[in-house]
Amino acid sequence: MYKLLLCWRYLRTRWIALASIVSVTLGVATMIVVNSVMAGFSYEMQTRIHGILSDLVFESHSLSGFQDPQWHMDEIRRAAGGDIVGMTPTVAVPAMLNFQVRGQWVTRQIMFIGIDEASHAHVSDFGRYLQHPGNRTQLSFGLREGGYDTVDSQSDTTLPTRPALEGAGWPHRRMRVERERVWREKLDADRRATHAATPVPADSTRSVDQQVDAVLAATSAGAPAVATVADTPATDPAATGKPADPFRQARPEEGTRMDPAQEQFTGIVPGIGLASFRDTSGIDRFLVLPGDDVKITFPTSGTPPKAVSDTFTVVDFYESKMSEYDSNFVFVPIADLQRMRGMIDPQTGIASVNSIQIKLREGADLNQVRDRLRKVFPADLYAVSTWRDKQGPLLAAVDMEMSVLNILLFLIIAVAGFGILAIFFMIVVEKTRDIGILKSLGASAGGIGGIFLGYGLFLGMVGAGAGLALGLAIAWNINRIRVAVEWLTGEQVFDPSIYYFYRIPSIVDPFTVAWIIVGAVGIAVASSVLPALRAARLHPVEALRHD
Amino acid sequence: MTDAAPPLLRVRSLRKQYRSGDTTLEVLRGVDFDLAAGEFVSVVGQSGSGKSTLLHLMGLLDAADAGEIELDGVRVDGLSTAGRDRLRNTAIGMVFQSYHLLPEFDALENVLAPLMVRYGVLEWLRVRGAARAQARGLLDRFGLGGRLHHKPRQLSGGEMQRVAIARALVTQPRVLLADEPTGNLDEATGAGILETLCELNRTDGLSIVLVTHDAAVARQADRIVRLAAGRVEDALPAAQRLAG
Repeated sequence: MYKLLLCWRYLRTRWIALASIVSVTLGVATMIVVNSVMAGFSYEMQTRIHGILSDLVFESHSLSGFQDPQWHMDEIRRAAGGDIVGMTPTVAVPAMLNFQVRGQWVTRQIMFIGIDEASHAHVSDFGRYLQHPGNRTQLSFGLREGGYDTVDSQSDTTLPTRPALEGAGWPHRRMRVERERVWREKLDADRRATHAATPVPADSTRSVDQQVDAVLAATSAGAPAVATVADTPATDPAATGKPADPFRQARPEEGTRMDPAQEQFTGIVPGIGLASFRDTSGIDRFLVLPGDDVKITFPTSGTPPKAVSDTFTVVDFYESKMSEYDSNFVFVPIADLQRMRGMIDPQTGIASVNSIQIKLREGADLNQVRDRLRKVFPADLYAVSTWRDKQGPLLAAVDMEMSVLNILLFLIIAVAGFGILAIFFMIVVEKTRDIGILKSLGASAGGIGGIFLGYGLFLGMVGAGAGLALGLAIAWNINRIRVAVEWLTGEQVFDPSIYYFYRIPSIVDPFTVAWIIVGAVGIAVASSVLPALRAARLHPVEALRHD
Repeated sequence: MTDAAPPLLRVRSLRKQYRSGDTTLEVLRGVDFDLAAGEFVSVVGQSGSGKSTLLHLMGLLDAADAGEIELDGVRVDGLSTAGRDRLRNTAIGMVFQSYHLLPEFDALENVLAPLMVRYGVLEWLRVRGAARAQARGLLDRFGLGGRLHHKPRQLSGGEMQRVAIARALVTQPRVLLADEPTGNLDEATGAGILETLCELNRTDGLSIVLVTHDAAVARQADRIVRLAAGRVEDALPAAQRLAG
């Protein structure tokens, strides 16, 4: 009993010892904050990676893919049936995206991915990352009649950082067509005028754009130039990107005439990074909007592959906030891509695919299912990997970064341990006579040692407890603190345009926190072992004589 | 002195030497000493005669090089550390010249300290009430009823020594060993402390060994043992010594 009471009294009366645990407090707080923010970043990253990759990816090594996905899916289900929740075939090929910005052609290297619009969203979080609320619930490759989010749906801001999406969709497409028509008419008129050698009144005060705008304003003030398409494309099967006449769809420019104000080409969903950039004020500027047409060049599935091109209509943007994906992926209906690449066997009508995305039930062991599938399918034909395998190096780098940081930070606490050691030795010397007194009263050596071990434990708990409180307070309010710091210093601490996150993510993992606390208290106790041993070994008579 | 009742404390040819580097200092060179139950004995001698060492050996704070110590007819010199710790806690009460109170504890807690050492936390919670009542009673008896919650630094020398005596008695020891208990006190206060000890001896039959270099203090005892050069010079009843 005396041990507890003495520990308590020492704790309350020796302020110098409390000073020695400030570094424990700071170390624990720093570790909690760093781990929470790192875990937050890691979680965001993994969610986004997992958002595009399903749990398991079943691929062929060949670009031409494998035939008969249905048979493969049946085999996969037979091998790992119990764990499988959903499967969707995809076709992925490297390709080139071309679009026109103010008359100039811009080319981007892309990964062109054919997905099944009905089932793809059930296998991954794909749908969550689209810009039209309707597409988030059920993806459609048909152009929408407006309604695209001008506010980033994945941020907590309410600022419309994407004003350009306001008129996107059919209105934008009709406006563009009308604008081109006016432009062309003006050009023709100018040319005719020049030809007739009639002087045209020069309108040098306005740019060509402004002149076109003026003409457009004049027409729309009267009767609408283009008949409004009343039906929204989602409910109109004729406008879902798969028109009844496939030939017109495949080569609209070469074939029969199509009216771009009323019809669209095959719909695609490019990554938002391909089509936009963020300016310094945080506003996203778009080079291409939903409703615009782009050209994509991709290889056919023959041997050797030939490059073919086609025109597509942008219907939405994909934004996972992983720039690697957002500036690389373009999604298209799988059936169209299979047809264009010649992946459908003309005799049997059976299509080929590159890969099958597999979603497993909650809690299934990914690696185990992967290994089971690897046993069934020969490794020289098929690659089976988990989404972690696919992003292995990236995830491993983050993990290693976290471990190194943890080791470094833990060293801070270890340094604090030496502070405790030194101060405890001082306290043992100072308390030598008291130790003699306790021994004369019958206290055992173990009991005396226990006082100082207990004292170390108390100090560690107080230090770690204070660190816990401080760390959690910072981790839970990190964005408020960031705002305060930015307000105080006038500088931006966390630039969302770099990270694509609007706020600093922070996840407090109770298990990690528990380990940090246990480690810190352990170090405090460990550093009090030597002083405690010294105290326990003091000779009672000599201790009593000590002044 | 009758042979029928064995002495409470029996010391035979006790030897103790201290080594410091090459020099060896022989402090006790075969001390024989008996203390009957209920007896009050003074041990006197010059500085360095070994009287404090004898007290520490009898209080089991230190181990002798040779010789025997018996308490209640049981050899205690060869006991294990744990056994010695237990005896110090239960059978022996000690009072020192410089009081040796714990500065972090108040008067009451200092008196309770030996009992807190004896009991673990759970046991302590059970016996706490009785222990506190007992300690309070002792402090009341020594006139410290109003100073229970004063820290040692708020008490006078005499008060501190009375707290120390109360602490020595709270375990109801078989013998009280006092090492110059009046050494740091003025004459009047020292006399008060001595009077307390005599009264304890008379009314409670407490066996006391009092080490002192002051002849006047020594005379209060039933018997005086004189140590010189590590041996007992003579052992006479106090009255007889006075006469001689």
